[in-house]
Amino acid sequence: MKSRIPVVLLACGSFNPITNMHLRLFEVARDHLHQTGTYQVIGGIISPVNDNYRKKELVAAHHRVAMVRLALQTSDWIRVDPWESEQAQWTETVKVLRHHHRELLRYLPQEEGRGQGSAVSQAPAAVPELKLLCGADILKTFQTPNLWEDEHIQEIVEKFGLVCVDRVGHDLKRYISDTPILQRYQHNILLVREPVQNEISATYVRRALGHGHSVKYLLPDAVIAYIKDHNLYSSGSSCKGSSTQNNEGKTS
Amino acid sequence: MVQTPSPKIPQQTQKASSLVPVGPVPDNPGGARVCHLDQHLQRPSMENPQKTEVVLLACGSFNPITNMHLRLFELAKDHMNATGKYRVIKGIISPVGDAYKKKGLISAHHRVVMAQLATKNSGWVEVDTWESLQKEWVETAKVLRHHQEKLEASGGEQRDSPVLERPGRKRKWTEQRSEVSQKKPLEPQRKDVPRVKLLCGADLLESFGVPDLWKREDIANIVGSYGLVCITRAGNDAQRFIYESDVLWRHQANIHLVNEWITNDISSTKIRRALRRSQSIRYLVPDLVQEYIEKHDLYSAESEERNVGVILAPLQRNRAATNSRTTTA
Repeated sequence: MKSRIPVVLLACGSFNPITNMHLRLFEVARDHLHQTGTYQVIGGIISPVNDNYRKKELVAAHHRVAMVRLALQTSDWIRVDPWESEQAQWTETVKVLRHHHRELLRYLPQEEGRGQGSAVSQAPAAVPELKLLCGADILKTFQTPNLWEDEHIQEIVEKFGLVCVDRVGHDLKRYISDTPILQRYQHNILLVREPVQNEISATYVRRALGHGHSVKYLLPDAVIAYIKDHNLYSSGSSCKGSSTQNNEGKTS
Repeated sequence: MVQTPSPKIPQQTQKASSLVPVGPVPDNPGGARVCHLDQHLQRPSMENPQKTEVVLLACGSFNPITNMHLRLFELAKDHMNATGKYRVIKGIISPVGDAYKKKGLISAHHRVVMAQLATKNSGWVEVDTWESLQKEWVETAKVLRHHQEKLEASGGEQRDSPVLERPGRKRKWTEQRSEVSQKKPLEPQRKDVPRVKLLCGADLLESFGVPDLWKREDIANIVGSYGLVCITRAGNDAQRFIYESDVLWRHQANIHLVNEWITNDISSTKIRRALRRSQSIRYLVPDLVQEYIEKHDLYSAESEERNVGVILAPLQRNRAATNSRTTTA
C-alpha cells in the first residue's frame, strides 16, 4: 500500500475581503494534489496579513479574520489562523511558513517505539508537508525587484513548496523559467489548472460595495452580512492602512 | 417646485461612451444610437418620473443552477435600477421542461429543487415551475407571455398618482405589423403593471442566429413586446450582433446590455464535467445545491448520455413546421 505524503496548504494574503475565488483555490489545489496520487491533503490554513502590511484599503485585521472565519463555517478542512495578523509587526511569508510548520510538527501524533512484533503494520506517520498555496499573480511578484528576499524565495520553494493555481493572463510555466530560483526547484512547484475561470478579485468586490452594488454569490452570504453589519468597504467608511509601502506581494 | 436632482449619478452615465441603449428611445426606433448621458441630464426637470416596474425572467436548463446564473440577476437588477427608469421588483427562474430534450438534461424535478435551494436566501428571486410542468416544450415567447398575463391578471399595485403613459413611447406601426399573425398584442403599457423582461447571457442573444432554433416572429415578439436584459463580457460582440440583425436593431431600445467586468465562467457544463471527475464544485454553486447533488448523485457519465441522438425540441418543431409549409405549398 503506497502511502501518500500528507500536505497542509497555507494561503497568505490580505483577504480584504475573502471571496469565493480564494476558497476555490483550496478546492482546486486539493483535487489536483489528490489526482497526482502522491499527496493527501489533510488541512488548509488561511492566514490573513498583518495590518502593518499597510496595503491600501486594508480593513482592520480582526474584521478580516472574522470574515474568513464566517466563510469557513461550512468547510470541514480549512481553518483560519490569526497568528500572523496578531504579531506586533508585519511578518515575511517565509516566517509564517516556518511558524505553521513548527506547529504541525508539535501536534504530530507521537509514535511510541513500536515493537517489531506489532500485529498491525501501519505506515509510519509521515511528517506533513506545508505548502504555500497561491494564485499565479503571486508567483509573478517573485520577479519584482526588492519585493521578496532571494533567500526567502529559495527557502519557500526548497523547504516547503508551492502550489500555484493559474489565472487568466498569467503564463505560469514562463514565470518559472524566467526566474532561476524557481526553475531550479520547479519539481517543488505544483501547477494547477483551474478550468473555471474565476476572476473574482477582492478589489472588484470592494469597488462594487463602494458603489452600492450587489456582491451576492461572489462571496459567502455570511461574509456579506458581516460587511453590511460593520459598514465595511462602503464609500464613506474608514479603513486602516493607507500607505503603499511595498513589501512582498500579497493576493488582494 | 424645484425638483432636487438625485445626488447619486446612476452608473449608466459612466457607460455612456459605450452607448448602451437604456429604456425606450422616443420616436427613434431604427435611428442612430442616442447617448443616454444627454437623455439623463435632461431628466431632472420632469415631474415625478414614474419608474417602470420590471420582473426579470430567466429561462434555461439550469442543469444545474450555478453562482453565475444567480449573478446574472444581481447584475441585471443593479443595472436596471441605476438607470433611474426602472425598478426591478422580482426575479423568476423558469427551468425548462424535460421535453426540451437537451443532451445531459436531468429530470425537471431535481433542477427545480436545486433552483429553489439556490434561491432560498434570496429576497427577490424565486423559482417558477409552470414551464417545467408542461408536457410539451414551451417556446420562450410563450413563457414570457404567461408571466406577463399573470401580472396583468393580478392587476399590479394600486397607485395614488395618476397612470401616466410611459413618456414618449408609442407603439410603432412596424412592430404591430410584425405581430399581426400573433395573438392580439398586449395592451399598451398600463403604468401600474410590471413588465416582464427576459434575462439572459450573450449566448442566448447570439443563439437567435442558429437556424430553426427560434421562430422569427418569436424573436420579434420577445424584443418588441418584452425586452432583453443581456449580461455580457464581450459587449462589442453583442453590439455587433444586434447591429447585424434587422429585427434586433429595430428593437435595440429594448435590449439592455449589461457589462460583466469580471470573468465568472461557471458554466453548468463545467460543473457536470467536474462532478464526473469527482472534482469539487464548492463555491461554484450554492452549498445547498452542492449537497443536494451529492446526496442524490445526480450527475454522471450515464446522465450525460441522456437524449443523445434525440433532436432538440425547438429544432424538431420548427423544422417540421417548415416542412409542412413546403409540402402544402
